[in-house]
Amino acid sequence: MNARIMKHPILGERDPGKTMQFTFNGCAYSALEGETVAAALLASGIRTLRVHEEKGTPRGMYCNIGHCYECRVTINGIPTVRACMTLVEESMIVEAGTVLPTPLQKGGHHGCLIP
Amino acid sequence: MLDSLIIGAGPAGLAAAVASARQGLRVRVVDEFYQPGGRLLGQLHQEPDGTWWNGLAEAARLQQEAVEAGAEIRCGVSVFHVTRQDTSWIVSTSEGVMEASMLLIATGASETPVPIPGWTLPGVMSIGAAQVMTNVQRVRVGTRGVIIGINILSVAIARELLLAEVKVDRMILPAHSVISGDASHPVAVMQSMLRIAHLAPSPLIRMGSKWMKSTWMQRLGTALYPSRGFSMWGIPIQLRTAALAIIGVNQVEGVRIAHITPDGQPVSGTEQIIPADFVCIAGELSPLAELAAVAGCPFAYVPSLGGHIPIHNERMQTPLDGLYVAGNITGIESAKVALAQGTAAGMSMAFSHGSLRDPHVLSDSIKQIEIVRNNATLQFHPGIRAGRMQVGLMAAERSL
Ligand SMILES: Cc1cc2nc3c(=O)[nH]c(=O)nc-3n(C[C@H](O)[C@H](O)[C@H](O)COP(=O)(O)OP(=O)(O)OC[C@H]3O[C@@H](n4cnc5c(N)ncnc54)[C@H](O)[C@@H]3O)c2cc1C
Ligand code: FES
Repeated sequence: MNARIMKHPILGERDPGKTMQFTFNGCAYSALEGETVAAALLASGIRTLRVHEEKGTPRGMYCNIGHCYECRVTINGIPTVRACMTLVEESMIVEAGTVLPTPLQKGGHHGCLIP
Repeated sequence: MLDSLIIGAGPAGLAAAVASARQGLRVRVVDEFYQPGGRLLGQLHQEPDGTWWNGLAEAARLQQEAVEAGAEIRCGVSVFHVTRQDTSWIVSTSEGVMEASMLLIATGASETPVPIPGWTLPGVMSIGAAQVMTNVQRVRVGTRGVIIGINILSVAIARELLLAEVKVDRMILPAHSVISGDASHPVAVMQSMLRIAHLAPSPLIRMGSKWMKSTWMQRLGTALYPSRGFSMWGIPIQLRTAALAIIGVNQVEGVRIAHITPDGQPVSGTEQIIPADFVCIAGELSPLAELAAVAGCPFAYVPSLGGHIPIHNERMQTPLDGLYVAGNITGIESAKVALAQGTAAGMSMAFSHGSLRDPHVLSDSIKQIEIVRNNATLQFHPGIRAGRMQVGLMAAERSL
Protein backbone atom coordinates (compact mmCIF):
# COMPACT_ATOMS: atom_id res chain seq x y z
CA MET A 1 0.00 0.00 0.00
CA ASN A 2 1.18 3.50 -0.73
CA ALA A 3 0.50 5.39 2.46
CA ARG A 4 0.49 8.81 0.79
CA ILE A 5 -2.90 10.08 -0.34
CA MET A 6 -1.99 11.69 -3.65
CA LYS A 7 -5.55 11.71 -5.02
CA HIS A 8 -8.61 12.58 -2.95
CA PRO A 9 -12.21 12.64 -4.22
CA ILE A 10 -13.02 15.98 -2.53
CA LEU A 11 -9.67 17.58 -1.71
CA GLY A 12 -8.21 16.79 -5.13
CA GLU A 13 -4.62 15.98 -6.03
CA ARG A 14 -1.81 16.56 -3.56
CA ASP A 15 0.95 18.66 -5.10
CA PRO A 16 4.06 16.56 -4.29
CA GLY A 17 6.32 19.66 -4.17
CA LYS A 18 9.97 18.93 -3.68
CA THR A 19 11.25 15.73 -2.09
CA MET A 20 13.60 16.05 0.88
CA GLN A 21 15.99 13.64 2.55
CA PHE A 22 16.38 13.30 6.30
CA THR A 23 17.62 10.72 8.76
CA PHE A 24 15.91 9.05 11.71
CA ASN A 25 18.21 7.16 14.08
CA GLY A 26 20.85 7.18 11.36
CA CYS A 27 18.68 5.69 8.58
CA ALA A 28 17.77 7.72 5.50
CA TYR A 29 14.12 8.58 4.69
CA SER A 30 12.45 10.92 2.26
CA ALA A 31 9.64 13.39 2.84
CA LEU A 32 7.38 15.41 0.58
CA GLU A 33 7.21 19.15 1.03
CA GLY A 34 4.63 19.94 3.73
CA GLU A 35 5.06 16.69 5.66
CA THR A 36 5.81 16.78 9.35
CA VAL A 37 8.45 14.47 10.78
CA ALA A 38 5.65 12.27 12.19
CA ALA A 39 3.84 12.15 8.81
CA ALA A 40 6.94 11.40 6.75
CA LEU A 41 7.96 8.57 9.08
CA LEU A 42 4.44 7.14 9.12
CA ALA A 43 4.45 7.22 5.30
CA SER A 44 7.57 5.01 5.51
CA GLY A 45 5.88 2.65 7.95
CA ILE A 46 7.63 3.97 11.08
CA ARG A 47 5.28 4.37 14.03
CA THR A 48 7.67 4.24 16.98
CA LEU A 49 9.15 7.69 17.58
CA ARG A 50 10.70 7.08 21.00
CA VAL A 51 10.71 4.73 23.94
CA HIS A 52 9.46 5.56 27.40
CA GLU A 53 12.33 7.21 29.29
CA GLU A 54 12.05 4.79 32.20
CA LYS A 55 10.31 1.62 31.01
CA GLY A 56 11.67 1.48 27.48
CA THR A 57 8.25 0.71 25.99
CA PRO A 58 7.57 2.09 22.48
CA ARG A 59 5.63 5.31 21.91
CA GLY A 60 4.33 7.08 18.81
CA MET A 61 2.29 10.03 17.70
CA TYR A 62 -0.99 10.34 19.66
CA CYS A 63 -2.77 13.70 19.20
CA ASN A 64 -0.95 15.02 16.10
CA ILE A 65 -1.70 18.64 17.05
CA GLY A 66 0.89 19.44 19.68
CA HIS A 67 -1.07 18.77 22.86
CA CYS A 68 0.30 15.51 24.28
CA TYR A 69 4.09 15.52 23.63
CA GLU A 70 4.00 11.75 23.03
CA CYS A 71 5.87 12.35 19.75
CA ARG A 72 8.85 14.16 21.28
CA VAL A 73 12.15 13.55 19.45
CA THR A 74 15.55 15.18 19.14
CA ILE A 75 15.93 17.26 15.97
CA ASN A 76 19.34 18.59 14.89
CA GLY A 77 20.52 18.14 18.48
CA ILE A 78 17.59 19.93 20.12
CA PRO A 79 15.69 17.60 22.48
CA THR A 80 11.93 17.44 23.17
CA VAL A 81 10.77 18.71 19.79
CA ARG A 82 7.28 17.62 18.74
CA ALA A 83 7.50 15.48 15.58
CA CYS A 84 3.84 16.24 14.78
CA MET A 85 4.38 20.01 14.71
CA THR A 86 7.71 20.14 12.86
CA LEU A 87 7.95 20.16 9.08
CA VAL A 88 10.78 18.11 7.61
CA GLU A 89 13.65 20.18 6.24
CA GLU A 90 16.40 19.00 3.92
CA SER A 91 19.12 16.96 5.73
CA MET A 92 17.33 17.13 9.08
CA ILE A 93 18.74 14.75 11.71
CA VAL A 94 16.02 13.18 13.84
CA GLU A 95 16.71 10.88 16.78
CA ALA A 96 14.30 8.87 18.90
CA GLY A 97 14.25 9.32 22.66
CA THR A 98 15.96 6.55 24.62
CA VAL A 99 15.81 5.14 28.13
CA LEU A 100 17.28 7.57 30.68
CA PRO A 101 19.16 6.68 33.87
CA THR A 102 17.12 6.38 37.09
CA PRO A 103 19.95 6.02 39.63
CA LEU A 104 17.91 7.30 42.59
CA GLN A 105 15.09 4.82 42.16
CA LYS A 106 14.98 1.48 43.97
CA GLY A 107 16.10 -1.07 41.40
CA GLY A 108 16.93 1.83 39.05
CA HIS A 109 19.99 1.94 36.87
CA HIS A 110 22.83 4.34 35.97
CA GLY A 111 23.18 5.75 32.51
CA CYS A 112 26.50 3.92 32.03
CA LEU A 113 24.81 0.53 32.27
CA ILE A 114 22.76 1.18 29.15
CA PRO A 115 24.33 -0.15 25.98
CA MET B 1 2.92 48.41 20.54
CA LEU B 2 0.23 46.13 19.14
CA ASP B 3 -3.39 47.04 19.77
CA SER B 4 -4.35 43.40 19.87
CA LEU B 5 -2.54 40.10 20.11
CA ILE B 6 -4.57 37.03 19.23
CA ILE B 7 -3.48 33.60 20.47
CA GLY B 8 -4.73 30.87 18.13
CA ALA B 9 -5.25 31.05 14.36
CA GLY B 10 -8.35 28.84 14.28
CA PRO B 11 -11.63 30.14 12.86
CA ALA B 12 -12.21 32.29 15.98
CA GLY B 13 -8.76 33.90 16.02
CA LEU B 14 -8.63 34.49 12.27
CA ALA B 15 -12.15 35.95 12.11
CA ALA B 16 -11.29 38.27 15.02
CA ALA B 17 -8.15 39.37 13.17
CA VAL B 18 -10.15 40.14 10.03
CA ALA B 19 -12.79 42.14 11.93
CA SER B 20 -10.43 44.14 14.13
CA ALA B 21 -7.78 44.80 11.46
CA ARG B 22 -10.51 46.09 9.13
CA GLN B 23 -11.42 48.63 11.83
CA GLY B 24 -7.84 49.89 11.79
CA LEU B 25 -6.33 48.05 14.78
CA ARG B 26 -2.71 46.86 14.72
CA VAL B 27 -3.23 43.11 15.06
CA ARG B 28 -0.96 40.08 15.31
CA VAL B 29 -2.07 36.44 15.42
CA VAL B 30 0.27 33.76 16.78
CA ASP B 31 -0.23 30.00 16.53
CA GLU B 32 2.06 27.10 17.39
CA PHE B 33 1.00 25.00 14.38
CA TYR B 34 2.96 25.46 11.16
CA GLN B 35 -0.11 26.56 9.21
CA PRO B 36 -3.03 28.83 10.17
CA GLY B 37 -6.55 27.36 10.46
CA GLY B 38 -6.62 25.45 13.75
CA ARG B 39 -9.01 22.50 13.84
CA LEU B 40 -10.67 23.89 10.72
CA LEU B 41 -7.81 22.46 8.64
CA GLY B 42 -8.88 18.83 8.96
CA GLN B 43 -12.63 19.33 8.64
CA LEU B 44 -14.44 17.79 5.71
CA HIS B 45 -18.10 16.98 5.95
CA GLN B 46 -21.19 17.03 3.84
CA GLU B 47 -24.02 19.39 4.73
CA PRO B 48 -27.59 18.02 4.55
CA ASP B 49 -28.00 19.91 1.23
CA GLY B 50 -25.14 17.84 -0.25
CA THR B 51 -22.47 20.57 -0.37
CA TRP B 52 -19.09 19.95 1.29
CA TRP B 53 -17.67 21.90 4.21
CA ASN B 54 -14.02 22.01 3.24
CA GLY B 55 -12.11 23.34 6.24
CA LEU B 56 -8.80 23.65 4.38
CA ALA B 57 -10.39 25.99 1.84
CA GLU B 58 -12.17 27.96 4.60
CA ALA B 59 -8.89 28.37 6.48
CA ALA B 60 -7.10 29.61 3.35
CA ARG B 61 -9.90 32.12 2.71
CA LEU B 62 -9.79 33.46 6.29
CA GLN B 63 -6.00 33.68 6.23
CA GLN B 64 -6.10 35.70 3.01
CA GLU B 65 -8.78 38.04 4.36
CA ALA B 66 -6.81 38.61 7.56
CA VAL B 67 -3.61 39.41 5.69
CA GLU B 68 -5.43 41.68 3.26
CA ALA B 69 -6.99 43.53 6.20
CA GLY B 70 -3.46 44.19 7.48
CA ALA B 71 -3.16 41.62 10.28
CA GLU B 72 0.14 39.85 10.80
CA ILE B 73 0.06 36.04 11.23
CA ARG B 74 2.99 34.23 12.83
CA CYS B 75 2.99 30.44 12.91
CA GLY B 76 5.27 28.12 14.87
CA VAL B 77 4.98 30.35 17.97
CA SER B 78 3.93 28.71 21.26
CA VAL B 79 2.59 30.91 24.04
CA PHE B 80 3.35 29.71 27.54
CA HIS B 81 2.64 32.68 29.81
CA VAL B 82 0.54 35.84 29.87
CA THR B 83 0.43 38.59 32.47
CA ARG B 84 -1.02 42.09 32.75
CA GLN B 85 1.43 44.91 33.48
CA ASP B 86 0.11 48.46 33.88
CA THR B 87 -1.93 49.00 30.73
CA SER B 88 -0.69 46.16 28.57
CA TRP B 89 -0.50 42.39 28.29
CA ILE B 90 2.93 40.79 28.35
CA VAL B 91 2.95 37.52 26.44
CA SER B 92 5.84 35.06 26.74
CA THR B 93 6.31 32.90 23.67
CA SER B 94 8.83 30.47 22.21
CA GLU B 95 9.89 33.37 19.96
CA GLY B 96 10.32 35.94 22.72
CA VAL B 97 8.14 38.39 24.62
CA MET B 98 5.32 40.28 22.91
CA GLU B 99 3.27 43.19 24.21
CA ALA B 100 -0.24 44.37 23.33
CA SER B 101 -2.94 46.51 24.93
CA MET B 102 -5.59 43.86 24.30
CA LEU B 103 -5.30 40.08 24.31
CA LEU B 104 -7.68 37.57 22.71
CA ILE B 105 -7.28 33.94 23.75
CA ALA B 106 -8.73 31.70 21.04
CA THR B 107 -6.90 28.46 21.77
CA GLY B 108 -9.81 26.16 20.91
CA ALA B 109 -10.40 22.73 22.40
CA SER B 110 -8.54 19.54 23.16
CA GLU B 111 -9.70 15.95 23.10
CA THR B 112 -10.34 14.24 26.41
CA PRO B 113 -8.45 10.96 26.27
CA VAL B 114 -10.18 7.69 27.25
CA PRO B 115 -7.39 5.46 28.56
CA ILE B 116 -7.78 1.80 27.57
CA PRO B 117 -5.23 -0.92 28.38
CA GLY B 118 -2.64 -0.89 25.60
CA TRP B 119 -3.38 2.67 24.52
CA THR B 120 0.25 3.79 24.59
CA LEU B 121 1.19 1.41 21.76
CA PRO B 122 2.35 3.12 18.56
CA GLY B 123 -0.59 3.04 16.14
CA VAL B 124 -3.10 4.18 18.78
CA MET B 125 -4.10 7.79 18.26
CA SER B 126 -6.87 10.24 19.03
CA ILE B 127 -9.58 10.51 16.41
CA GLY B 128 -8.50 14.11 15.70
CA ALA B 129 -4.96 12.92 14.99
CA ALA B 130 -6.28 10.66 12.25
CA GLN B 131 -8.32 13.54 10.83
CA VAL B 132 -5.29 15.83 10.53
CA MET B 133 -2.99 13.07 9.23
CA THR B 134 -5.52 12.15 6.54
CA ASN B 135 -6.79 15.53 5.35
CA VAL B 136 -3.90 17.87 6.13
CA GLN B 137 -0.73 15.78 5.93
CA ARG B 138 -2.33 13.37 3.46
CA VAL B 139 -0.81 10.17 4.85
CA ARG B 140 -2.93 7.08 5.59
CA VAL B 141 -2.86 6.15 9.26
CA GLY B 142 -3.00 2.42 8.50
CA THR B 143 -4.68 -0.27 6.45
CA ARG B 144 -7.32 -1.58 8.85
CA GLY B 145 -8.45 0.23 11.96
CA VAL B 146 -10.91 0.23 14.81
CA ILE B 147 -12.51 3.39 16.17
CA ILE B 148 -13.22 3.24 19.90
CA GLY B 149 -15.86 5.77 20.93
CA ILE B 150 -19.03 6.54 19.00
CA ASN B 151 -19.95 10.22 18.91
CA ILE B 152 -20.69 12.97 16.43
CA LEU B 153 -17.01 13.68 15.84
CA SER B 154 -15.87 10.09 15.39
CA VAL B 155 -18.69 9.29 12.97
CA ALA B 156 -17.81 12.37 10.88
CA ILE B 157 -14.10 11.46 10.86
CA ALA B 158 -14.81 7.78 10.06
CA ARG B 159 -16.33 8.99 6.84
CA GLU B 160 -13.29 11.18 6.13
CA LEU B 161 -11.07 8.10 6.53
CA LEU B 162 -13.31 6.23 4.12
CA LEU B 163 -13.00 9.02 1.53
CA ALA B 164 -9.21 8.57 1.68
CA GLU B 165 -9.59 4.80 1.27
CA VAL B 166 -8.55 3.98 4.81
CA LYS B 167 -10.43 0.90 5.97
CA VAL B 168 -12.32 1.26 9.25
CA ASP B 169 -13.20 -2.26 10.35
CA ARG B 170 -15.80 -1.12 12.88
CA MET B 171 -16.72 1.50 15.46
CA ILE B 172 -17.24 0.25 19.02
CA LEU B 173 -17.55 1.63 22.56
CA PRO B 174 -14.82 1.81 25.20
CA ALA B 175 -15.29 -0.79 27.94
CA HIS B 176 -16.86 0.55 31.11
CA SER B 177 -14.32 2.07 33.54
CA VAL B 178 -14.33 4.61 36.35
CA ILE B 179 -13.79 7.45 33.89
CA SER B 180 -15.52 6.26 30.74
CA GLY B 181 -18.92 7.60 31.88
CA ASP B 182 -21.74 7.67 29.34
CA ALA B 183 -19.35 6.90 26.47
CA SER B 184 -19.47 3.19 27.38
CA HIS B 185 -23.24 3.09 27.96
CA PRO B 186 -25.11 1.88 24.83
CA VAL B 187 -28.41 3.57 25.70
CA ALA B 188 -26.74 6.92 26.39
CA VAL B 189 -24.71 6.69 23.19
CA MET B 190 -27.85 5.77 21.25
CA GLN B 191 -29.58 8.89 22.62
CA SER B 192 -26.77 11.19 21.56
CA MET B 193 -26.56 9.54 18.14
CA LEU B 194 -30.28 10.09 17.56
CA ARG B 195 -29.63 13.82 17.68
CA ILE B 196 -27.42 13.55 14.62
CA ALA B 197 -29.45 10.93 12.75
CA HIS B 198 -30.67 13.66 10.38
CA LEU B 199 -27.14 13.66 8.95
CA ALA B 200 -27.19 9.94 8.18
CA PRO B 201 -27.13 8.97 4.52
CA SER B 202 -29.65 6.20 5.07
CA PRO B 203 -33.35 7.21 5.04
CA LEU B 204 -33.96 4.14 7.18
CA ILE B 205 -31.85 5.53 10.03
CA ARG B 206 -33.40 8.97 9.63
CA MET B 207 -36.87 7.45 9.87
CA GLY B 208 -35.90 5.15 12.72
CA SER B 209 -34.72 8.12 14.72
CA LYS B 210 -38.17 9.75 14.48
CA TRP B 211 -39.69 6.54 15.84
CA MET B 212 -37.42 6.41 18.83
CA LYS B 213 -38.25 9.70 20.47
CA SER B 214 -39.24 8.23 23.83
CA THR B 215 -36.73 6.82 26.28
CA TRP B 216 -38.35 3.41 26.62
CA MET B 217 -38.27 2.98 22.85
CA GLN B 218 -34.61 3.90 22.87
CA ARG B 219 -33.98 1.27 25.54
CA LEU B 220 -35.87 -1.28 23.55
CA GLY B 221 -34.06 -0.19 20.40
CA THR B 222 -30.70 -0.64 22.10
CA ALA B 223 -31.71 -4.04 23.48
CA LEU B 224 -32.87 -5.26 20.09
CA TYR B 225 -29.98 -3.59 18.39
CA PRO B 226 -28.13 -6.34 16.51
CA SER B 227 -24.71 -7.03 17.95
CA ARG B 228 -23.41 -6.95 14.38
CA GLY B 229 -24.60 -3.34 14.42
CA PHE B 230 -25.86 -1.35 11.49
CA SER B 231 -23.60 0.33 9.04
CA MET B 232 -23.19 3.91 8.01
CA TRP B 233 -21.33 4.44 4.70
CA GLY B 234 -20.49 0.75 4.95
CA ILE B 235 -18.75 1.12 8.34
CA PRO B 236 -20.24 -1.19 11.01
CA ILE B 237 -21.29 0.83 14.05
CA GLN B 238 -21.57 -1.59 16.97
CA LEU B 239 -23.23 -0.06 20.02
CA ARG B 240 -23.30 -3.45 21.75
CA THR B 241 -19.57 -4.19 21.48
CA ALA B 242 -16.82 -2.76 23.68
CA ALA B 243 -13.04 -2.62 23.47
CA LEU B 244 -11.48 -4.31 26.50
CA ALA B 245 -7.84 -3.83 25.51
CA ILE B 246 -5.57 -2.92 22.63
CA ILE B 247 -3.13 -5.72 21.83
CA GLY B 248 0.38 -5.64 20.36
CA VAL B 249 4.07 -5.97 21.19
CA ASN B 250 5.82 -3.10 19.43
CA GLN B 251 2.75 -1.59 17.82
CA VAL B 252 -0.99 -2.20 17.47
CA GLU B 253 -1.84 -5.70 16.28
CA GLY B 254 -5.47 -6.00 17.33
CA VAL B 255 -8.23 -5.17 19.76
CA ARG B 256 -9.79 -7.50 22.33
CA ILE B 257 -13.54 -6.95 22.19
CA ALA B 258 -16.67 -8.37 23.84
CA HIS B 259 -20.42 -7.98 23.50
CA ILE B 260 -22.01 -5.78 26.14
CA THR B 261 -25.50 -5.55 27.64
CA PRO B 262 -27.61 -2.39 27.05
CA ASP B 263 -26.15 -1.18 30.37
CA GLY B 264 -22.60 -1.64 29.15
CA GLN B 265 -21.66 -4.82 31.07
CA PRO B 266 -19.47 -7.30 29.14
CA VAL B 267 -21.20 -10.60 28.33
CA SER B 268 -18.95 -13.46 29.42
CA GLY B 269 -17.84 -15.92 26.77
CA THR B 270 -18.12 -13.38 23.92
CA GLU B 271 -14.53 -12.15 23.98
CA GLN B 272 -12.51 -12.22 20.79
CA ILE B 273 -9.51 -10.49 19.24
CA ILE B 274 -9.93 -8.66 15.95
CA PRO B 275 -6.87 -7.67 13.90
CA ALA B 276 -6.01 -3.99 13.35
CA ASP B 277 -2.92 -1.93 12.57
CA PHE B 278 -4.31 1.31 13.93
CA VAL B 279 -6.81 2.36 16.59
CA CYS B 280 -8.48 5.74 17.03
CA ILE B 281 -9.79 6.72 20.44
CA ALA B 282 -12.60 9.26 20.41
CA GLY B 283 -13.32 11.05 23.66
CA GLU B 284 -15.16 14.27 24.32
CA LEU B 285 -13.81 17.76 23.65
CA SER B 286 -13.02 20.29 26.35
CA PRO B 287 -11.97 23.95 26.17
CA LEU B 288 -8.20 24.56 26.14
CA ALA B 289 -8.18 27.36 28.68
CA GLU B 290 -4.89 27.14 30.62
CA LEU B 291 -3.69 30.55 29.42
CA ALA B 292 -6.87 32.23 30.70
CA ALA B 293 -6.27 30.52 34.06
CA VAL B 294 -2.65 31.70 34.10
CA ALA B 295 -3.89 35.24 33.39
CA GLY B 296 -6.06 35.01 36.51
CA CYS B 297 -9.43 34.94 34.77
CA PRO B 298 -12.33 33.53 36.85
CA PHE B 299 -13.97 30.36 35.52
CA ALA B 300 -17.38 28.68 35.54
CA TYR B 301 -17.85 24.92 35.41
CA VAL B 302 -20.47 24.23 32.73
CA PRO B 303 -20.63 20.56 31.59
CA SER B 304 -22.84 21.32 28.57
CA LEU B 305 -20.11 23.64 27.24
CA GLY B 306 -17.40 21.05 27.79
CA GLY B 307 -16.01 21.92 31.23
CA HIS B 308 -14.32 24.97 32.77
CA ILE B 309 -15.14 28.16 30.86
CA PRO B 310 -13.50 31.58 31.35
CA ILE B 311 -16.31 33.91 32.41
CA HIS B 312 -17.17 36.33 29.61
CA ASN B 313 -20.04 38.51 28.44
CA GLU B 314 -21.70 38.58 25.01
CA ARG B 315 -19.00 40.98 23.80
CA MET B 316 -16.48 38.21 24.54
CA GLN B 317 -14.87 40.31 27.32
CA THR B 318 -13.62 38.65 30.47
CA PRO B 319 -13.60 40.44 33.86
CA LEU B 320 -9.87 41.15 33.33
CA ASP B 321 -9.00 44.45 31.71
CA GLY B 322 -8.30 43.99 27.99
CA LEU B 323 -8.69 40.19 28.03
CA TYR B 324 -11.06 38.60 25.49
CA VAL B 325 -11.97 35.01 24.61
CA ALA B 326 -13.65 33.49 21.53
CA GLY B 327 -14.26 30.13 19.92
CA ASN B 328 -14.14 26.73 21.59
CA ILE B 329 -12.40 28.09 24.70
CA THR B 330 -15.86 29.51 25.54
CA GLY B 331 -17.64 26.17 24.93
CA ILE B 332 -17.60 23.33 22.42
CA GLU B 333 -19.48 24.25 19.27
CA SER B 334 -18.97 23.97 15.54
CA ALA B 335 -16.46 25.90 13.47
CA LYS B 336 -19.11 28.26 12.09
CA VAL B 337 -20.09 29.36 15.60
CA ALA B 338 -16.40 29.86 16.49
CA LEU B 339 -16.02 32.02 13.41
CA ALA B 340 -19.05 34.16 14.31
CA GLN B 341 -17.74 34.56 17.88
CA GLY B 342 -14.37 35.61 16.50
CA THR B 343 -15.98 38.34 14.40
CA ALA B 344 -17.86 39.61 17.48
CA ALA B 345 -14.66 39.59 19.55
CA GLY B 346 -12.85 41.54 16.83
CA MET B 347 -15.60 44.17 16.71
CA SER B 348 -15.66 44.29 20.49
CA MET B 349 -11.92 44.98 20.66
CA ALA B 350 -12.33 47.70 18.01
CA PHE B 351 -15.14 49.20 20.12
CA SER B 352 -12.99 49.28 23.27
CA HIS B 353 -10.19 50.80 21.25
CA GLY B 354 -12.56 53.56 20.19
CA SER B 355 -12.14 52.88 16.51
CA LEU B 356 -15.50 51.30 15.71
CA ARG B 357 -17.06 53.79 13.33
CA ASP B 358 -20.56 52.28 13.52
CA PRO B 359 -21.41 50.69 16.90
CA HIS B 360 -24.28 48.77 15.28
CA VAL B 361 -21.86 46.36 13.66
CA LEU B 362 -20.92 45.11 17.13
CA SER B 363 -24.51 44.36 18.17
CA ASP B 364 -25.19 42.84 14.74
CA SER B 365 -22.17 40.55 15.04
CA ILE B 366 -23.43 39.39 18.46
CA LYS B 367 -26.87 38.63 17.00
CA GLN B 368 -25.20 36.78 14.15
CA ILE B 369 -23.69 34.24 16.60
CA GLU B 370 -27.18 33.13 17.62
CA ILE B 371 -28.34 32.92 13.99
CA VAL B 372 -25.36 30.72 13.08
CA ARG B 373 -25.94 28.58 16.18
CA ASN B 374 -29.56 27.99 15.20
CA ASN B 375 -28.57 26.89 11.69
CA ALA B 376 -25.57 24.74 12.68
CA THR B 377 -25.64 21.21 11.31
CA LEU B 378 -23.28 19.91 13.98
CA GLN B 379 -24.75 20.43 17.46
CA PHE B 380 -22.25 19.17 19.99
CA HIS B 381 -24.50 19.35 23.07
CA PRO B 382 -28.27 19.88 23.53
CA GLY B 383 -27.66 22.05 26.61
CA ILE B 384 -25.51 24.67 24.89
CA ARG B 385 -28.02 27.53 25.20
CA ALA B 386 -28.69 26.92 28.89
CA GLY B 387 -24.93 26.71 29.49
CA ARG B 388 -24.30 29.98 27.68
CA MET B 389 -27.07 31.63 29.69
CA GLN B 390 -25.41 30.49 32.93
CA VAL B 391 -22.06 32.00 31.90
CA GLY B 392 -23.84 35.21 30.85
CA LEU B 393 -25.51 35.52 34.27
CA MET B 394 -22.18 35.00 36.03
CA ALA B 395 -20.68 37.75 33.88
CA ALA B 396 -23.62 40.04 34.74
CA GLU B 397 -23.07 39.38 38.47
CA ARG B 398 -19.62 40.81 37.99
CA SER B 399 -21.31 43.80 36.29
CA LEU B 400 -19.53 43.00 33.07
C1 LIG C 1 -10.05 16.92 16.89
C2 LIG C 1 -11.15 17.89 16.65
C3 LIG C 1 -11.94 17.75 15.52
C4 LIG C 1 -12.99 18.63 15.27
N1 LIG C 1 -13.75 18.46 14.15
C5 LIG C 1 -14.77 19.31 13.90
C6 LIG C 1 -15.57 19.19 12.73
O1 LIG C 1 -15.37 18.25 11.93
N2 LIG C 1 -16.55 20.12 12.50
C7 LIG C 1 -16.78 21.15 13.38
O2 LIG C 1 -17.64 22.00 13.11
N3 LIG C 1 -16.06 21.28 14.50
C8 LIG C 1 -15.07 20.39 14.79
N4 LIG C 1 -14.32 20.54 15.94
C9 LIG C 1 -14.65 21.62 16.87
C10 LIG C 1 -13.62 22.73 16.62
O3 LIG C 1 -12.98 22.93 17.81
C11 LIG C 1 -14.28 23.96 16.03
O4 LIG C 1 -14.84 23.62 14.80
C12 LIG C 1 -13.30 25.11 15.74
O5 LIG C 1 -12.16 24.71 15.03
C13 LIG C 1 -12.91 25.83 16.98
O6 LIG C 1 -12.26 26.99 16.58
P1 LIG C 1 -11.30 27.82 17.52
O7 LIG C 1 -10.84 28.95 16.70
O8 LIG C 1 -11.99 28.09 18.79
O9 LIG C 1 -10.09 26.84 17.88
P2 LIG C 1 -9.14 25.92 17.00
O10 LIG C 1 -9.65 25.75 15.64
O11 LIG C 1 -8.90 24.70 17.81
O12 LIG C 1 -7.78 26.77 16.94
C14 LIG C 1 -7.00 27.00 18.07
C15 LIG C 1 -5.59 27.27 17.66
O13 LIG C 1 -4.86 27.74 18.77
C16 LIG C 1 -3.56 27.23 18.72
N5 LIG C 1 -3.01 27.22 20.08
C17 LIG C 1 -3.53 26.59 21.17
N6 LIG C 1 -2.77 26.81 22.25
C18 LIG C 1 -1.74 27.59 21.83
C19 LIG C 1 -0.61 28.16 22.50
N7 LIG C 1 -0.40 27.99 23.82
N8 LIG C 1 0.28 28.88 21.77
C20 LIG C 1 0.07 29.06 20.43
N9 LIG C 1 -0.99 28.57 19.76
C21 LIG C 1 -1.88 27.84 20.46
C22 LIG C 1 -3.70 25.85 18.12
O14 LIG C 1 -2.50 25.44 17.51
C23 LIG C 1 -4.86 26.05 17.14
O15 LIG C 1 -4.39 26.27 15.83
C24 LIG C 1 -13.24 19.68 16.19
C25 LIG C 1 -12.43 19.82 17.31
C26 LIG C 1 -11.39 18.95 17.55
C27 LIG C 1 -10.52 19.13 18.78
S1 FES D 1 1.44 13.69 18.96
FE1 FES D 1 0.72 14.84 20.63
S2 FES D 1 2.19 16.44 20.67
FE2 FES D 1 2.73 15.36 18.90
